[in-house]
Amino acid sequence: MAEERRQKQCSVSLPTESMKAMAESMGVGQLQEESCAALSEEVSYRIKEIAQDALKFMHHGKRRKLTTSDIDNALKLKNVEPLYGFQSQEFIPFRFASGGGRELHFYEEKEVDLSDIINTPLPRVPLDVSLKAHWLSIEGVQPSIPENPPPAPKEQQKVESTEPLKVIKPGQEEDGTMQGKSQGATPADGKGKDKGLIRLKPRSTHELSVEQQLYYKEITEACVGSCEAKRAEALQSIATDPGLYQMLPRFSTFISEGVRVNVVQNNLALLIYLMRMVKALMDNPTLYLEKYLHELIPAVVTCIVSKQLCLRPDVDNHWALRDFAARLMAQSCKTFSTTTNNIQSRITKTFTKSWLDEKTQWTTRYGCIAGLSELGPDVIKTLILPRLTIEGARIKAVMEGPVVSNIDKIGADHVQSLLLKHCASVIAKIRPQPDNVEQYRTDYGYLGPMLCSHVMKARTQAALQAQQVNRTTLTITQPRPTLTVSQSGLSGSAGPRTPSIIKVPSSLTLMSPRPGTPSQPSPPATKYIVMATSAGAASTQQVITLSSSQSASPVTSTVPSATSTFQPLVKLESGSGPGLTGSRPMQKYIVVSLPSSASSSLETKSSVLPTSISSNPLEAAMKLDRSESPGASTQSPH
Amino acid sequence: MAAVQGGLVDAVEEKDIKTEPSNDGCGNNNANDARPLSTSPGSGASAGSNASAAAGPPEDQQTLLAVLQFLKKNKLTESVDILRREAGLPEDSPDLKAGGDPGSGSAGAAGDGNAGGGDASSLLSRVTTASSAVAPAPTKAVAEDQPDVNVVLSAYSQQGDPKLYPVYYSGLKRFIESVLDCHRAELSQVFYPLFVHMYLELVYNNHESEAKAFFDKFSGDQECYYEDDLRVLSSLSKREHMRGNETLLDFRTSKFVLRISRDSYQLLKRHLQERQNNQIWNIIQEHLYIDIFDGMPRSKSQIDAMSGSLAGEGKREANKAKVYYGLLKEPEIELPLDDEDEEAENEEGKPKKKKPKKDNMGSKSKKQDPNAPAQTRIPLPELKDSDKLDKIMYMKEATKRIRLGPDNLPSICFYSFLNAYQGLTAVDFTDDSSLIAGGFADSTVRVWSVTPKKLRKVKSAADLNLIDKESDDVLERIMDEKTASESKILYGHGGPVYGISFSPDRNYLLSSSEDGTVRLWSLQTFTCLVGYKGHNYPVWDTQFSPHGYYFVSGGHDRVARLWATDHYQPLRIFSGHLADVTCTRFHPNSNYLATGSSDRTIRLWDVLNGNCVRIFTGHKGPIHALAFSPNGKFLASGATDGRVLLWDIGHGLMIGELKGHTDSIYSLRFSRDGEILASGSMDNTVRLWNATKAFDDLETDDFTAATGHVHLQDNSQELLLGTYLSKSTPVIHLHFTRRNLLLAAGAYNP
Repeated sequence: MAEERRQKQCSVSLPTESMKAMAESMGVGQLQEESCAALSEEVSYRIKEIAQDALKFMHHGKRRKLTTSDIDNALKLKNVEPLYGFQSQEFIPFRFASGGGRELHFYEEKEVDLSDIINTPLPRVPLDVSLKAHWLSIEGVQPSIPENPPPAPKEQQKVESTEPLKVIKPGQEEDGTMQGKSQGATPADGKGKDKGLIRLKPRSTHELSVEQQLYYKEITEACVGSCEAKRAEALQSIATDPGLYQMLPRFSTFISEGVRVNVVQNNLALLIYLMRMVKALMDNPTLYLEKYLHELIPAVVTCIVSKQLCLRPDVDNHWALRDFAARLMAQSCKTFSTTTNNIQSRITKTFTKSWLDEKTQWTTRYGCIAGLSELGPDVIKTLILPRLTIEGARIKAVMEGPVVSNIDKIGADHVQSLLLKHCASVIAKIRPQPDNVEQYRTDYGYLGPMLCSHVMKARTQAALQAQQVNRTTLTITQPRPTLTVSQSGLSGSAGPRTPSIIKVPSSLTLMSPRPGTPSQPSPPATKYIVMATSAGAASTQQVITLSSSQSASPVTSTVPSATSTFQPLVKLESGSGPGLTGSRPMQKYIVVSLPSSASSSLETKSSVLPTSISSNPLEAAMKLDRSESPGASTQSPH
Repeated sequence: MAAVQGGLVDAVEEKDIKTEPSNDGCGNNNANDARPLSTSPGSGASAGSNASAAAGPPEDQQTLLAVLQFLKKNKLTESVDILRREAGLPEDSPDLKAGGDPGSGSAGAAGDGNAGGGDASSLLSRVTTASSAVAPAPTKAVAEDQPDVNVVLSAYSQQGDPKLYPVYYSGLKRFIESVLDCHRAELSQVFYPLFVHMYLELVYNNHESEAKAFFDKFSGDQECYYEDDLRVLSSLSKREHMRGNETLLDFRTSKFVLRISRDSYQLLKRHLQERQNNQIWNIIQEHLYIDIFDGMPRSKSQIDAMSGSLAGEGKREANKAKVYYGLLKEPEIELPLDDEDEEAENEEGKPKKKKPKKDNMGSKSKKQDPNAPAQTRIPLPELKDSDKLDKIMYMKEATKRIRLGPDNLPSICFYSFLNAYQGLTAVDFTDDSSLIAGGFADSTVRVWSVTPKKLRKVKSAADLNLIDKESDDVLERIMDEKTASESKILYGHGGPVYGISFSPDRNYLLSSSEDGTVRLWSLQTFTCLVGYKGHNYPVWDTQFSPHGYYFVSGGHDRVARLWATDHYQPLRIFSGHLADVTCTRFHPNSNYLATGSSDRTIRLWDVLNGNCVRIFTGHKGPIHALAFSPNGKFLASGATDGRVLLWDIGHGLMIGELKGHTDSIYSLRFSRDGEILASGSMDNTVRLWNATKAFDDLETDDFTAATGHVHLQDNSQELLLGTYLSKSTPVIHLHFTRRNLLLAAGAYNP
């Protein structure tokens, strides 16, 4: 391989066309082919020389990245004037152009209006250098503090749980067989290991230091305590701290015991808190939970299918908890299911079994369906769709039959909407058009007509975002349920169905009428809603309707975040303001993004065609104002 | 301080004038490789630096002119002046430089070695004339506009059929592959230098396509650690490129040194003569230096351990000189003993505490170490009262020092520089660990106090007048309380600061920068006191001597310089490295200093006479870290190849290799008692190594000092005591406090 690389190294030189292009840019018209060849060789050689010198500066700068200043310094070494002021925000600042059978890369130098620079607010002053001390090691042992990397990297935890005999001491490298303090005394050192001696896995001690015990106490208290702010902080800590590895067994026991007790006592709030802890543990990038699933999964499943989770089933929103736990379940299935442990199939079996049971209560039924449908469209297709008719009949019996009990009715209602929600998108994909209500009725029974309307909505949405569908599904495969109460407040869309429009992502606030749409659980819900500001083309009006009307289906107006960050939905609107009649129309792009992340809050770009620059700045400003008003949180772009 | 030094330094300077040219002359066989000076045009025989082999006067003059031009081109103006002065004398004087050094007593050993080298080369020259007709044309070469390079390169002008080069080379390859296993490894060493020189010959004679074909065909065969040089070589495809290419000059001006056993050498010689393979034989004669030894041929691993440097291995003669590696006797300071006892009692274990103390005292009162240099070998500054106080503090701390060992690893405190934006380039701690200084790419130097004691400036002159000078706390009163802060910024450099060093008394700070200067800062006033100009190119590293007053700097101009703080010109110039001097370290006894270079060698220099007394080869990448063991016997070096090598200074041998790091090593430090070696690297780890074991194992081995062949056991894993990963923070400095707490520093790069 090294050989190949070397071959390449010695053959690389600039193409002669570049020489020609450069000569032309200097005003030298016809350059001989030989001169070009000679020049290119010379230039390539010099560039290589400079690069090698620049490398020296990089090494002495104790960096891994070569910077432009290294090259400047290398040029200085050779008594060449360095390139002043060359810096670029972009990784590769070159633009490509072709024409007349020639290809060209050039450095784009935009003309900059000085007044723009003067008027833009200064960027924030970068923070000053500061010094911070921490313990990297205390008498040979690395403490687990946030300043240090996690003691047992996730990869290693994984190896440990899947191949328990190949154990590696925390803090030591993969293949290292170095002896720490404990091993140093014993004669069995690295060599012994290689010889295949039987090595028993050392019984790992789970003693916690005093600090860790304190931490554990504080965290668990905060997680189940009454102060929401504290809880958020504690959960944040669980989700990010790198040193929790040793405390994991404690946490998992805490959760499983907590669920056991609180299910009996029907303490919905505490169950929710515990599930949020599970979520936080799962989110922690340094933890690998496989070893503790035997405690966590029963707890989670309990929260999905338990007959009763709260004291007043008719009022309290235990459905949200079930949804949330179901999502957690799906997530752990995706992360940890292997051919050995078969988590997913075992879980599926459990759900199906209790769902099929005639005597199952509506609450459990709901849980089972939610649990199954979170596992993905395939599961929905094979397990839920065939049973839609039967389930429909059962719902019908409750809804239209004699009043049995209010609780049953509520339960049936929830099951119905759950089924509709999950099945519609799947059916929309697998069922060929057209959607005929009668056909649906014969296929799916009682739920048919409702399903039909849902499917049609799903289709309209799919058609609208045809090119984005693929990516949408991509985001779905990585469900990240979150418990942050998302901000709502798009004035134009405040209606009964807002939660799914603005996507209150699985808000476990108990008041929320409906949990977040499970098909789009990704939390960074940046939405771009295109506002058009004129009575111009008809094509854009549609967009307006969609974004502002309340009756629009939830799916229609939400643009998946992942896609929209790449391709902001920008509509070109050509309209003429009242004061501008006669002059050329003004073009405005206004992209309002509904934020969850700080990165893209609201982008308002307005580009005015050159001819209309002189027209009316006030007008433009006014327009801007108008367009911004619907946005809940408006910020200047940068 | 200055008063004490004055007279002595003058003498030193006088010597300086002599040593500088003598470096190139005959004083030491190694330094002469640095400049084309020694290689008089053409004839390979005269390169051996002994004056007798030099040609007649007219040719000498041409050489001198060439050298002058070369020096001028490289802006070595001082040297030009010196040379002028010398050359201004009558024609017979140029050889005076040869006689410059033998006067100084300690160079005797080196002289002997030199004589040996001279013999060898004259021997070789006889063979040359016998076996081949060398007809270089030196006069023609000088006539061209750039005589320096041409003089150097003219040896390549001899012509063979370019078509036959690959044939020759592969013929030799076949031969070497067919010899007995025991010889094969040794003879394979010839491949790389031969390859390089054949390629250069092809390029020089404008056989571009043949050269390229030759390179493509055989470059893959070379050892992987030459890859960097091959890359340089590959970019070079025209004769014009050869001008001003430093790497290339190195190949030509310094003979590539190979160590080959006599048997293997005979084998090679016989083969080449039988086959009438003059082309290759000429190259071996002219461009290689074959260091023949008697005895068993070395094994592949032995050879690999030592090779890798830009110009082959160090010659055995180069490492023969006597090195006084012992420590200087500590000055007698009467300890306030009662104080000490009190403290010992205050601490828990009285008998335990006493013991190490006694050891300390014992070693101090012991007779002068036979390996130690004379106390006055190098004039050292006298101790001031404050220094004595500091020594007492040091001893007190030393009694509380933790004994480290494999079962008692040090705690590591990591100082992270936050918001450094990839700009932290150098760090240093004071010996008492109270201050930390950082050099930055934005040309600033920042000093922090890591104790609660804040940094204060001295009051202005006007305010100082008002102070009662008789009062007891006058030292406290001169400080301006208003300026107290935790950190201070020193502005003055015009480029990234690459080296930084505190003076032992904590009054000064040195910084070296890309702008070619070394600056001395006062930590009382936080202003720049002196800018030492001498290096015209970036200065990569600088360090104060452990006794203060002297300091060393090394940079891109390939020389290390020794300075005294009160002289604006260097006292010594250590030249000999073939590439940038990347790091510099003083020996604990201040009589020697070690320099690491990107030519992948480490050299040890005698401060007294400027001689190079050791050349250590074996690293496969530029050396960025050096550390002397506290007892002065050993040297550890770390390079970009991620390996730490251990050297025995007395015997001039490699004694250990510590493998484990995966990236460049930027810092090395021995614990205060020398039991633990800590290494910090770009791979974000601090690693601790069992230095005691590494050195003990060696002493039980029978020393093969005579041959200089090392058998390295691969025991890195046993010696590694711990690996501590930081969070994306490359470790660029390490420091053991007086109590053996390890401090590490680096910039957090999220």
